[in-house]
Amino acid sequence: METINAEIFTLTYGSMVRQLIADLEDISAVNKQLDEMGYNIGIRLIDEFLAKSKTGKCGDFRETVDRVAKVGFRMFLNTTAAVTNWNAEGTECSLILEDNPLTDFVELPEGCQNLVYCNVLCGVIRGALEQVSINTECSFVRDVLRGSDVSELRLKLLSLNKEEYPFKDDD
Amino acid sequence: MFSASALRLNIVDRPLAKGKSEVSLSAFAFLFSELVQYSQTRVSNIGELERRLEDVGRGVGLRLLETLCHRERGGKRDTRLLDVLKFVHTTLWKYLFGRQARDLEQSNAVDDEYMISDYDLFVTKYISVPKDLGTFTPAAFVAGVVKGVLDGAGFPARVSAHFVAVKGQAKPKTTILVKFEPSVLQRESRLPNT
Repeated sequence: METINAEIFTLTYGSMVRQLIADLEDISAVNKQLDEMGYNIGIRLIDEFLAKSKTGKCGDFRETVDRVAKVGFRMFLNTTAAVTNWNAEGTECSLILEDNPLTDFVELPEGCQNLVYCNVLCGVIRGALEQVSINTECSFVRDVLRGSDVSELRLKLLSLNKEEYPFKDDD
Repeated sequence: MFSASALRLNIVDRPLAKGKSEVSLSAFAFLFSELVQYSQTRVSNIGELERRLEDVGRGVGLRLLETLCHRERGGKRDTRLLDVLKFVHTTLWKYLFGRQARDLEQSNAVDDEYMISDYDLFVTKYISVPKDLGTFTPAAFVAGVVKGVLDGAGFPARVSAHFVAVKGQAKPKTTILVKFEPSVLQRESRLPNT
């Protein structure tokens, strides 16, 4: 895949977030907007992922999350996430981001302590998985920018949409 | 152990990364596309849309100036007009696009206008401008980056991006037009020629 310098990506993202804060003035609205943007990215990004990643079908949710963490993050952000803390039913887990290019150079100023700076990632994961019939909920539970040791995303499986055949073209 | 304590350090006390890591171009393209779409919801005409992209780019440019001066110039910043333009044309361009810009020209008509031209800037990749957006060019973002660098270096200027059709070429080239403020040229004329 073609690549670009990660810092340009990082700085562009930062500059965009600052504009969102200036526009929307309310931090929770910014968080929501970032998630929304991520979702829009996710539903398009999954196409490229499936076309280029050369991976086969996933057997279960566990395998899916593993692939998001190991292949997806590697492909687009050139990093990986660790998957841990599965619950007993295998429907909830945590993604630990060791190295997150989005947060380079970033420090949250006073007054923005509630900003979920990387919320866009939640949206991306949710949007991408939704396109392959997996409904999920995704949110940050720990964030290095807000004083935690690591960034942790909590991913929760809500439901699996059954694929039904024949598909209807017009609905 | 070290990395854990490094995280506790204030952000400006941490060592500056080498800046060699990369992410996929798609990741940037997706982000940029969202940025353009979001910006479109908050403007009423093309000029405003370009302005907004420029503003975002300016934030990037201001920061890149500091980073690049530190890394590539040993902490020195150029103070003469032509040197600053060369910095943009060569150092900044190499950093952003992996090569020098194709051309750096001075306008024939006026002496405060300069043009930097190049083909295939990555921000315009994957973007086709619909007819109803007319002359809009996503390279306004790059114009913003250039403006940020010039502003930060003490050379305030109006910077705009244009598509220019070239004879015998299928693709238009992107020209970044830089018009310096009068104060810049006045200062330049006071300084001795070197």
